[in-house]
Amino acid sequence: MAAAMPLALLVLLLLGRRGWCLAEPPRDSLREELVITPLPSGDVAATFQFRTRWDSELQREGGLSVLLKADRLFHTSYHSQAVHIRPVCRNARCTSISWELRQTLSVVFDAFITGQGKKDWSLFRMFSRTLTEPCPLASESRVYVDITNYNQDNETLEVNPPPTTTYQDVILGTRKIYAIYDLLDTAMINNSRNLNIQLKWKRPPENEAPPVPFLHAQRYVSGYGLQKGELSTLLYNTHPYRAFPVLLLDTVPWYLRLYVHTLTITSKGKENKPSYIHYQPAQDRLQPHLLEMLIQLPANSVTKVSIQFERALLKWTEYTPDPNHGFYVSPSVLSALVPSVVAAKPVDWEESPLFNSLFPVSDGSNYFVRLYTEPLLVNLPTPDFSMPYNVICLTCTVVAVCYGSFYNLLTRTFHIEEPRTGGLAKRLANLIRRARGVPPL
Amino acid sequence: MAAPLALVLVVAVTVRAALFRSSLAEFISERVEVVSPLSSWKRVVEGLSLLDLGVSPYSGAVFHETPLIIYLFHFLIDYAELVFMITDALTAIALYFAIQDFNKVVFKKQKLLLELDQYAPDVAELIRTPMEMRYIPLKVALLQCFPQCYFSCLSDIPVSVPPYLVCPRTPLSPPAAVHTCENEEQGLLDLFLGVCHDVCGKPSGNRLPLLLPSQLLGFHPRSLWLYCWVSPDFKLSCAVKEGLSVPDLTPNIGLFWYFFAEMFEHFSLFFVCVFQINVFFYTIPLAIKLKEHPIFFMFIQIAIIAIFKSYPTVGDVALYMAFFPVWNHLYRFLRNIFVLTCIIIVCSLLFPVLWHLWIYAGSANSNFFYAITLTFNVGQILLISDYFYAFLRREYYLTHGLYLTAKDGTEAMLVLK
Repeated sequence: MAAAMPLALLVLLLLGRRGWCLAEPPRDSLREELVITPLPSGDVAATFQFRTRWDSELQREGGLSVLLKADRLFHTSYHSQAVHIRPVCRNARCTSISWELRQTLSVVFDAFITGQGKKDWSLFRMFSRTLTEPCPLASESRVYVDITNYNQDNETLEVNPPPTTTYQDVILGTRKIYAIYDLLDTAMINNSRNLNIQLKWKRPPENEAPPVPFLHAQRYVSGYGLQKGELSTLLYNTHPYRAFPVLLLDTVPWYLRLYVHTLTITSKGKENKPSYIHYQPAQDRLQPHLLEMLIQLPANSVTKVSIQFERALLKWTEYTPDPNHGFYVSPSVLSALVPSVVAAKPVDWEESPLFNSLFPVSDGSNYFVRLYTEPLLVNLPTPDFSMPYNVICLTCTVVAVCYGSFYNLLTRTFHIEEPRTGGLAKRLANLIRRARGVPPL
Repeated sequence: MAAPLALVLVVAVTVRAALFRSSLAEFISERVEVVSPLSSWKRVVEGLSLLDLGVSPYSGAVFHETPLIIYLFHFLIDYAELVFMITDALTAIALYFAIQDFNKVVFKKQKLLLELDQYAPDVAELIRTPMEMRYIPLKVALLQCFPQCYFSCLSDIPVSVPPYLVCPRTPLSPPAAVHTCENEEQGLLDLFLGVCHDVCGKPSGNRLPLLLPSQLLGFHPRSLWLYCWVSPDFKLSCAVKEGLSVPDLTPNIGLFWYFFAEMFEHFSLFFVCVFQINVFFYTIPLAIKLKEHPIFFMFIQIAIIAIFKSYPTVGDVALYMAFFPVWNHLYRFLRNIFVLTCIIIVCSLLFPVLWHLWIYAGSANSNFFYAITLTFNVGQILLISDYFYAFLRREYYLTHGLYLTAKDGTEAMLVLK
């Protein structure tokens, strides 16, 4: 990953003295995994996860990172990156800790672009590379393919090469089945020197929409004009009978001045008061607004959280190079314990796949989810950037007009004006007139 | 005179009540010409709701009022409209009586000077008679009620709440209990104190206008202790910083916002100081020149503050314009009154148009609004200096005679030299 180098520096700073103690890196220090989920519409979602326990070094050669080609990855419909860093105990008594770094990249490939119209896909078509060898430092290097709905019969799809093992678990509240390809398994790669996982649809999949998750959210800005607007977040709870609370965290830049007395939360048309609000107002040019609320979402409902704001005029040096593009507002973060349909047994952190263990929960009746809404683009009123000198001159002229008028009136007094007797031109004219014999002026 | 005044008040209250109930209320209360970041009612409501949330209203950059406003409106929030209407009515009444007393003082002084033969013989036309001065207080009350009610009563606290906690007839009431107010409208308070002093014959009427500039900062120097006692979060530095350093660049009808939006960072402190000094430094020369005429001095000072303060609004403009009937007799000496009236009216009409074009239609840019701001301020400056010129000229005529002749017998021209 291109971000690996600066990330390495970042993690190095967190290191402390423990990092370089061990001479030999322990074997379970790096795990990498790729989860491929075909979506009913034909698109393919691929999620890479790399987990490093700190004591080892961070370079990776081979393994799954060969698939990370920027030109293919950024031709996707959606991509998201995450970095999680946390301390973990090295032993049961937690006498020493090491640092865990988890890097995640999720992309959604558009079937039409990659598959040339057909819904079949393969690793080569998506990434233009195939897997040749596992990462030498990795203790685990696996590819999981989601074959949930099409398990037993080979009539709907065929996965090539056929998987040797499958994995079943309750992920995010629903039961899922994955085909596992273990790169460290020598039998896997030896045959053809590379692993190109392919999926062919025997029967066209019904274009049903993917099952709606229990919690999803949307955010948008409404209003017109450059003076004010309204920020609205819609929270959908699609569970048929369970209500659950959601923690909503909003960080809004200072130049969108929020008015917290206009904050309204409505569910099903009625007002919904949050159980907890923490609001930290912004300081101009110092800190952004911080709004955190715990909202109870009733079952099967849409909750709308809206707040009005005013757009500030900034100094001309504070605008981005393209000020009419707008300013970005970071996404809101929603954290919730969502009740799951299927009870899951508590997950064992070490044994389970990485994609299952990011937010471990102790009881199986709900799972933790953290959602990010869309980032928003907001326009601010702009001054004219070509005018600084003109503005200074004109404003100072107006001030000088005032100063001049008042100076005149304060320091001078009225006098009767005496008619002017002399004047060079008049005298000259009189001279000429005398010479001509005409009466003087 | 009670009946016409009562009629004026009734009509004013009715119009305000009608405006509050109509859909115009919300529209006007958000206009930038009418509200400023320091005097917006929306921000007061925001401060109160921050207080309800348990957050100090001064921890953000939205709320810039004094602590006594918070306490006052904490209890009166549901009756806010009523409070504004009552205080506006009180303003009108107070102004009415103040100007009535002022007229009596003027007339008395004029009589004294006439007897002392200080006036030139042929200035009979310039002497003011009680007859012509009879309706002036009413006109002042009228002018105070109406332009303001269209604009300020809906949205900001300025001329309303403040000085009405002092009764203008009690001389020298301790200012501390009084200064719950908004920035410059304390000028009105001092006007009253000044009038009290005049009425009560104290010679110190000149000192009070000197205190006017301190009102710019939003509080009277003596009431600081009260604010700090009332609310520990109210830091002097916050209040002074907001008023003086102009961090909030929201467009308004003044000159500051665009200037500091386009300022080179390097010079920003220098120009802030220059602009703020500009408000204050006319005080002493004016005090010296106008030491015999404290009320006119106060009028000029209020006008200068209204033009050069950090966040002016039409409420401030309407405040000094309410005093024009008092100087009606200067009309014959005004030189450019027609042009200036046209400028001010046209600019007032163009403000909302160009704001709409910039912010909503997107077809104009900020320069258009800024140009109208410049023109409006030039118009105001020239208007005030015109009145000053007329005043000085009348004084000259009073002492030197109205029909002046030059040495050779022709009609004389007066110039400032």
